[in-house]
This record gives sequence, structure tokens and C-alpha cells, in this order.
Amino acid sequence: MFDNFFDGRLEMTDSPFVVVEGLHFARGEKDIFRGVELQIPRGKITAILGPSGTGKTTLLKLIGGQLVPDAGRVTIEGEDVHALSRKALFRLRRRMGMLFQSGALFSDLSVFENVAFPLRVHTDLPEAMIRDVVLMKLEAVGLRGARELMPSELSGGMARRVALARAIALDPELILYDEPFVGQDPISKGVLVQLIKRLNDALGLTAIVVSHDIKETLSIADYVYVISDGRVMAHGTPDSLDVDEDPRVSQFVHGEPDGPVPFHYPASDFFSDILNMEKRP
Amino acid sequence: MIGRIVILGRRGCEVLEALGRAGQFLAQSAVGVPSREGWYLWLRQVHFVGVLSLAIVLVSGLFIGMVLALQGYTLLVDFGAEQALGQMVALSLLRELSPVVAALLFAGRAGSALTAEIGLMKATEQLTSMEMIGVDPLRRIVAPRLWAGFVALPVLTIGFSVVGIYGGYLVGVEWLGVFEGSYWSNMQSSVDFIGDVGNGMVKSLVFALVVTWIAVFQGYDLVPTSEGISRATTRTVVYSSLAVLGLDFVLTALMFGGFS
Amino acid sequence: MKRSKTMELGVGLFMLAGILGLLFLGMRVSGMAFTTPDDTFRLEANFANIGSLKPRARVTMAGVTVGRVTAIELDTDWYDARVVLELNGELEGELSRDTTAAILTAGLLGEQYIGLTVGGDPDTLADGDTIRDTQSAMVLEELIQQFVSNMVSD
Repeated sequence: MFDNFFDGRLEMTDSPFVVVEGLHFARGEKDIFRGVELQIPRGKITAILGPSGTGKTTLLKLIGGQLVPDAGRVTIEGEDVHALSRKALFRLRRRMGMLFQSGALFSDLSVFENVAFPLRVHTDLPEAMIRDVVLMKLEAVGLRGARELMPSELSGGMARRVALARAIALDPELILYDEPFVGQDPISKGVLVQLIKRLNDALGLTAIVVSHDIKETLSIADYVYVISDGRVMAHGTPDSLDVDEDPRVSQFVHGEPDGPVPFHYPASDFFSDILNMEKRP
Repeated sequence: MIGRIVILGRRGCEVLEALGRAGQFLAQSAVGVPSREGWYLWLRQVHFVGVLSLAIVLVSGLFIGMVLALQGYTLLVDFGAEQALGQMVALSLLRELSPVVAALLFAGRAGSALTAEIGLMKATEQLTSMEMIGVDPLRRIVAPRLWAGFVALPVLTIGFSVVGIYGGYLVGVEWLGVFEGSYWSNMQSSVDFIGDVGNGMVKSLVFALVVTWIAVFQGYDLVPTSEGISRATTRTVVYSSLAVLGLDFVLTALMFGGFS
Repeated sequence: MKRSKTMELGVGLFMLAGILGLLFLGMRVSGMAFTTPDDTFRLEANFANIGSLKPRARVTMAGVTVGRVTAIELDTDWYDARVVLELNGELEGELSRDTTAAILTAGLLGEQYIGLTVGGDPDTLADGDTIRDTQSAMVLEELIQQFVSNMVSD
């Protein structure tokens, strides 16, 4: 009996939390994903890296069920996200938190009310308890003192930390970070890196970090996927990627300006372009 | 030539598609379940689109009433019928000018603001994040605004009429010297509450629905960039003005055109 | 969510102003009284020509409004216009049987209305009766025609 119990538990903790299979997605004429396969392990930080414009945010929206793929499936704990009814999807989303690139705080609510928002709409907690939870979450991101401010009075880094507090207000099991480091000064980058790591360790969250800030992301990720051209180009632990032989991977991971991903936008030969007078407008 | 027809066909399909999206959008957001929270959100929007538009609507109403009296007087006095001034002012305000002008002002003052506000929420991912929190933005953001507009515009239209009739009184009676008794009694004998005030209100309700619908849909459906927001705001004003004027003709034909 | 008393008050006043405005439009502008005289009675009158008389036109007596026209229809027995009048109840049983109804015009180009003049018959009109003695609307074209033919015959 105990064997069964432990087997079940092992089975549960080992199976990936989110599985993406054969994902195809096109926006207009442009193919964004052509068969992406991902397995997001439970309780770990998984990073998804890729140059800008590869649709990393789109991938998060597909996982969150806001966009519907042309083909393929996204399953979260065995539930097919895109086969759920609208109601079931909203119920599933209560178990997810998402940190948006811009923070996406509700501009007409104060910091306190922003963090309290998910609690107010999804729980019937008394006001005193909501206050305690909100202050706890704000304390975790170090902004308890800023609770009366409006979002317009916050700096970019602070806004993102408030958004993080809001994303964890309902103690989600899965948290999606969309470019958490972009446009931040080094100090707030460091703060965010630490926060993400600490939250993950303390709460046992499953986290997906989408980013192109390689250094910061690799420093906290347990597993990394590199996406390019609509496919998974490489995956592995941060250390294994660092020594990857593939020139495209190494160009991206080490940030070299020219390589398989060209520096120049496709154009005809430079000299003939300069000398060719007739084509001038 | 064939290329042009293809483009025309594609445009037509796009328009139909947008209409379909807008209809679906209206159906989904109009059925918001009223709750205590929802009631308060609605109240806030009534304040925003109604109370804050009151000043511009009332001032415009006053001036329009005054101009109507001035123009009407110079016309009527030639026929010795200046005592019919009250009737003329009241009927033109109640049947046409109040619903139409109030709706146009409303589209410019409140409609464009609604579009820009919702568009900015979309551009800053507030709508997406609300969805991710598990709250339907159609109910939380769009429905209160839709219903607030639906209630606020008819009230503004009433205000417009009242102030306009008073403006006509100021110019006609106080300034041009039309006998006060005939200003009011001619008005009272010719204005029918159901036929004139009521039909004007029906027009106003229709315009309110259409203008707010266009405004919130344009905000919700726009391309989330600064250019997209400015374009959508312009579209809100243009589309709602055209819709109001076009519908006004249709409604007038139905109500006063003798097709009944 | 933070509640703002001034905002709530503003919306309350706004709605109140709307209701008051509607009352103003009802009472002062369309002249509706809450005590609408329920006690009215109906008379019919046939006219050879009603000109441009419209439903809801005034019915007057010595210049005082005493009722309204409620319906105008074609009488297919006589091929003339049957006009239904609704008069104040206080006149019921007071109008003599030989009362005349004439279609008059307010001013030269104004709206048309019906003027009643009582006669001397001791019998009176009751609800649903028909006024026999009527005078049709003055039609401008007919007047001009008469005038011209008089000129020619002179």
C-alpha cells in the first residue's frame, strides 16, 4: 500500500507540469511556430531563450490559453488548455500567475488594490485577511511601504515587482515570466533575479521565464530551451548550452554580432546597390 | 480590373468579419451579471461619461436653443406667426436636435475617451493580465462602460432639451419680446409627450447604444500601438457620427414619416 | 475598492436632474397634467372637405380649447370625411342638437382646427352623436376660383 502511495507521488512529481506538443501557429502569412515541443518540469525554473521576434510572448499566450494554436496541444497537468470551456479555462488560470513585460498594473487602482484584485475576485476572504495577505506579498517584493502609491508613480522596476506580488497573490502553481529583465537597470535586474529565484525556492513554484537576457536568465534557470525559426533549436541545462558546438546556439548564448543569424537584413550586393543609379527613386 | 474587384471583395469580407466580431462582442459583454462590485463599477462610469460630459452638453444646448429662437423669430415674424416660436423651438429640439447633437457631443467627449482608455489598457497588457488573473475583461471593463453610456446619454439628452428650450425662452421672450404666454401655450398645445418627447428618448437610447458600442469595440479591437490608438479614436468619432446621422434618418422616417 | 462619496453624490444628482428634466418636458413643455380629464365624451362630425386638418388638432368654442380631434377617416357611405372629436366631459348634455362645427384656420397659413358654435335647439347632443351642421375647410384654390369666376361674370 505504501509502495503504491510512493509510486503515485513519484509519478506526480516527475511528470512534467506543462507539455507542449507539435505546436504550430501562424499570424497572417507569417509562420511563428512550426512544431515546438517543450516539457516544463514541475517545481523548476525553465527558461525559454531566443532572439527578439521569435514569438516568445506568443508562446506564453498559447500556454495561457489566450491564443489558439493552428495545430498541436498544450497540456497543463494533463488538461488540454485549448479544449477547455471558457469557464474551465478561467478556473485553470487561477492556478497560474503571469508577469507581463510592462507590468500591466491596473492604472486606476492603487498598488494595494492591484495586489488585492485577484483575492477580491476569487476569494470571499474578510477585509482584514485580504489586508494581511496583500501586505505579506508586498513585503516579499520589498514594497510594503509603497502600497498607497498609484502605478503611474512607480518606476519601471517597482511596477514589475508589484506585478510580481500580484501574480503570486493567489499562490499559483505555475508562474509565467514574460521578459522580466528587459529595460531594467542593473540593480533592479539583480533584485528581480533574486526574487524569482527566492520565490521559486520558497514556494516550490513551477516557473517559465521567457527572455533574451542570457546572463541573468542562465544564472537562475534549471533547464533551458532555445527557440529560433519557429522551432526548438537546442535544449539542456545552462552548463551544457554554454559549451554547445552548434554555431547558432553559441552565437546566441555568447552574444556575437554576426554569425548564422546575419547582422544585415537581406539585401543585394552593397557595391552594385551603390553603383546602380537607375534603381534610385 | 479583376484585381480591383478582388480587393473590393476582400474589403467586403473584412467589413462583414468586423461586424460579426462586434456583434459577438456586444452579446458577450452585455450580459454581465450585476453584482455589488459591478454596480459600483457602473456608477463610476456613469460619473465619467455622464456627469463629466454634462457641462459641454448643457452649454451647447443653451446656445443651440438661443440660435434656434433667433433664426426662427426672423423667419416667423415675416408671417406674423412669431407666437409659434415656442412650438418651433421645442419641436425641433425634442424631435431632432437634442438626440442628435447630444449624441455627437457624447461621441466626441466620452466615446473617444472610452476608446483611448480601453485601447491603452490593451496596449499596456492590462486586459491580458486581467484575463490571466481569471477575470473576463468583457464583463469587468466593457460591460459597465456599455451600460453607463446607455443610461447617461438619454439623461444628457433630456438636459440638452430643457436647457435649449430655456435658451429659446431667453432669446425669444426676454430679448425679442414674444409674449411669454404664447411661447409656452403654443408649445404645450403642439408638443405631445409620447409622440415627441418619447420618440426623442427612443432615438437617444438607440444612439446611446450605438455610440458606446462603437467606442468600446474600437478600443477593444484596436492594434495596441500608439498609432493604433489614435486611429481607433478617430474611427470612433467618425463612425459614431455617421451612424448617428444615418440612424437618425431611418428612425425619423419610421416615427414621423407616416409609415405607421 | 475605494468609494468616493462625492462621485456617488454626483451620479445621484445627475440621475435626479434627468428625472426632473423629464418631468419638466412632460408638464411644462408638452402641457401634460397628472389629472388628465378622464371624463370626456365623443362626438362625430362629417365634413365634405377637411382641408389639412390633422388628428390631435384643437377643438374650440368661442376660442377656448374644449377638446381634440382623435380620429379622421373616410366615410364610405357618403364619401366624405368622418371626424371623431373628444370633448371635455363638462360639456356633455350641454351642446344643443343644432350645434355647428366649422374647420377654421389659425392665421392665414396656420394650422387648422375645429370651431363649435351652439344653436338654439332645446335637445342636446349625447356621447356618440353626430353633428349634422358642418362647414368644410376653406380651400385656397376654390376661393381663388370663385373670385376669378366672379370677376369674369361681372
